[in-house]
Amino acid sequence: MNFHEDILKLDVARVTKQLCEAIRRQVRDDLKKSGAVVGISGGIDSTVVSALCARALGPQRVLGVIMPEQESSGESETLARQLAAQFGFEAIKEDITGGLTGLSCYEKRDEAIKQLFPMYDKSYKCKITIPESILSKDTFNFFHLTIQKQGEEAKTKRMTPGVYAQVVAASNLKQRLRMTTLYYHAERRNWAVAGTGNKDEHMQGFFVKYGDGGADFKPIAHLFKIQVYQLAEYLGVPTDILKRIPTTDTYSAGSTQEEFFFGLDFYRMDMLWRAMETNVPAAKVAEVLDLSVQEVEHGYAHIARKIRATEPLRMPPLEIDLNE
Amino acid sequence: MESDTERIRSEIRAFIVDSYLLGDESVKFADSDSFMSRGIIDSMGILELVAFLEQHFGITVIDDEMLPTNLDSVESLVGFIRGKSGC
Repeated sequence: MNFHEDILKLDVARVTKQLCEAIRRQVRDDLKKSGAVVGISGGIDSTVVSALCARALGPQRVLGVIMPEQESSGESETLARQLAAQFGFEAIKEDITGGLTGLSCYEKRDEAIKQLFPMYDKSYKCKITIPESILSKDTFNFFHLTIQKQGEEAKTKRMTPGVYAQVVAASNLKQRLRMTTLYYHAERRNWAVAGTGNKDEHMQGFFVKYGDGGADFKPIAHLFKIQVYQLAEYLGVPTDILKRIPTTDTYSAGSTQEEFFFGLDFYRMDMLWRAMETNVPAAKVAEVLDLSVQEVEHGYAHIARKIRATEPLRMPPLEIDLNE
Repeated sequence: MESDTERIRSEIRAFIVDSYLLGDESVKFADSDSFMSRGIIDSMGILELVAFLEQHFGITVIDDEMLPTNLDSVESLVGFIRGKSGC
């Protein structure tokens, strides 16, 4: 198998045409809907999905929904509105802070954080991170919680399972409430909800089941992150969105997707993954990516482990057939 | 020393069966089987396993020790615990 640094380069014009045709077919013929609702955050994925939907269905059949909460980056709304204006589709804002407060999202999360850091209060911000670089050693995924207060040094501890589970479960309410909101707007129009996850997120489980993972169709779930960027450039999305580093926009201290979940930059992640999928010898990959063979093997092991471990997230509801 | 090894092995297996296999002793796994490859434990389960090791065996697992070579099978765990607790 030929493996080189441009192996993931798309024929962006052709792929865009194919995706638009597929979106039209899925929305109109499979789902029997007449438009698409997309949660837009000013991030690259929702930007590409909404731009594709506008091109495929016509901007008048696309609704972008901006859903900030009290810990969201203010930049998200600005960029999302810029995107909607450029591509000509309607954008509305639904602040979900009230809903999250009603569900005790912040309270439940903070209760867990205090188990690790009793001093934690509203004057602190928090974030979750994973070990740096998955390539240097074959390590399991585990999580650190960091809290920081202005003027003080950040404090970091490894999360215990109980604390991790509660922080994540409470934080996942954000993504689930956003999906609830999208379906409200979709159902009142008889439109479909477009998912915005890319292949890295979908297959490595960087999504919330029935949160951002819940949608009627997912136009970019088969594309690597670096391919999403290629489409974004071709579609002419705002430069500020192209340059923005992907974030989780979930925790108050702010963390990049790399430090929170992936543990590796997207170029090397995607290249390693493609090589793994196509059985490229580690030595060849090492040469192309300027890594050691051991680093390539650690990368392969890490990606394979994540895919395997997150299979339950991608399963539809299990049913029982007593006739089997 | 052998009885220590056997005791550690037995306590680990009991924890695995009880915590991840719904107490079903009919599910067979070898001491050398990888928990992750067999699908017995996921990444959340590894955190729970580490918590069990620390509480039950009185050891501390530092971040640099969170490796499959230490934690991903009964066999690895026995060796790791013996090394940490000096038995």
